[in-house]
Amino acid sequence: MKADIVIVGGGPAGLAAAIAAAKEDSSLDILILERDSELGGILNQCIHNGFGLHTFNEELTGPEYAARFEEQLEGLGIRFMLGTMVLDVASGSVTAINSSNGVFTVDCGAIVLCMGCRERPRGALNIPGLRPAGVFTAGTAQRLVNIEGYMPGKEVVILGSGDIGLIMARRMTLEGAKVKCVCELMPYSGGLKRNIVQCLDDFDIPLLLSHTVVDIKGKERVTSVVIAEVDERSKPIPGTEQEISCDTLLLSCGLIPENELSRSAGVEINPSTNGPVVNESFETSIPGVFACGNVLHVHDLVDYVSEESGRAGRSAAKYVRNKAASECPVIKIKNGNGVRYTVPSFVRLNELSDDLVIRFRSGNVYKDSYVKVLFDGETKNSRRKPIITPGEMEQVILKKEDLATAPSEILIEIAER
Amino acid sequence: MEKRELTCINCPMGCRITVTMDGDNIISVEGNTCKRGHLYACNEVKSPVRTVTTTIKVTGGVSDRVSVKTKEPVPKDKIFEVMDAINKASAKAPIAIGDILIEDCAGTGIPVVATKAVGSV
Repeated sequence: MKADIVIVGGGPAGLAAAIAAAKEDSSLDILILERDSELGGILNQCIHNGFGLHTFNEELTGPEYAARFEEQLEGLGIRFMLGTMVLDVASGSVTAINSSNGVFTVDCGAIVLCMGCRERPRGALNIPGLRPAGVFTAGTAQRLVNIEGYMPGKEVVILGSGDIGLIMARRMTLEGAKVKCVCELMPYSGGLKRNIVQCLDDFDIPLLLSHTVVDIKGKERVTSVVIAEVDERSKPIPGTEQEISCDTLLLSCGLIPENELSRSAGVEINPSTNGPVVNESFETSIPGVFACGNVLHVHDLVDYVSEESGRAGRSAAKYVRNKAASECPVIKIKNGNGVRYTVPSFVRLNELSDDLVIRFRSGNVYKDSYVKVLFDGETKNSRRKPIITPGEMEQVILKKEDLATAPSEILIEIAER
Repeated sequence: MEKRELTCINCPMGCRITVTMDGDNIISVEGNTCKRGHLYACNEVKSPVRTVTTTIKVTGGVSDRVSVKTKEPVPKDKIFEVMDAINKASAKAPIAIGDILIEDCAGTGIPVVATKAVGSV
């Protein structure tokens, strides 16, 4: 089989990348490979609203947001295969399997990795206690309730205050369950403020900051969990334990980009994001292999996934047309004080088509501070921010002409007053 | 005089806003650090509304449930009545995005619409 561009994954990133590539060059043959039985990825189970405010200027639900992209595929001649699992990615070829074609290889000019991310499960959290039924990741519960139509339990404790955990606190409450509390290990929530108010406060669900689950009880099914307060090193404080009876524990404890295919292909991974290291065109360390969306770094807004994936798709289309880029100055982007990572990691000046958007996350909560951009150690600009939190992605936009001085290094840092 | 405590949702600051009310009249809004916070607090104490999103049972479709939303936000204190009405309803496939599945949900005057397409078997 042959295609100009193969897109691995048909969720929000894959759809936006495919559409942008087709609009960049309508002659390209673009193929999306999706393992699920429908396109749309995680948006299908995110039936709540709040998607699309930046992209469409209106509030859509997840399935509606996905449909806005899916309905463009046919007109653009984009092909897709469902129920198809990609087994291997290499420069210029993708190997996949499905029940009608068996194992097959697609030779292609460029590849866009759009595999998304997965939830951190109980096994990766080291929660002590028994192993009864009733412990679910929040996303699994979301799928059971919203797609399968099953309620996972009646009395619920949620560990982790990420957005999926908050959304599920409301969802379970609306469907008649009693959500006893949401415990968060950190002294702040990783979720959006709007979700804390509309999913917890609206239903008087307590958010216990600096708390974690120290024991799970129950032989066949969860009967209770023991929670405790933690100190500043996240260690449980003896004497603060309280037992909460429940039949269900939901885990919303972080998302990990799913990079098994990238790793086995030899793509360089950034240890801070667990996603590929990319340049301004979202190209990985393997020429012609691009990455975008949650497989690159975990986003809190799908609108940013679509925007970023559009850039990746256009870059892939240009790569197929022009192949190797010419030699040009390369600017390294480094993360300084308070900045956990940046995307991209470096910029090839000649390849930059418009403004450079650098996205990053902070490692802590900073109030009344400055985001500073330094070119080779000299402050280029400094922007005051009333608040920066790890839960909300930040960005710096640099104009192309500002980069004409070709510094060898750009440093992004947070300066406190 | 009644005092209402709110958390602003406009940005990650999450300002704690205190609204002092005399009956239905707003006497003062304190704690916000910008104009958006003031507007949010006024709307929230006068007539808080929320869009309800859930699912409805489907008959004769390729899936057993379809995701739905209230076409407009409904009064916050009607959320559970809206849920009850939706849980009693069912819809027949095929369903297209935007199809009205309940005309007037729980006396709010607001319809419930499908947010996903479901083909028939």
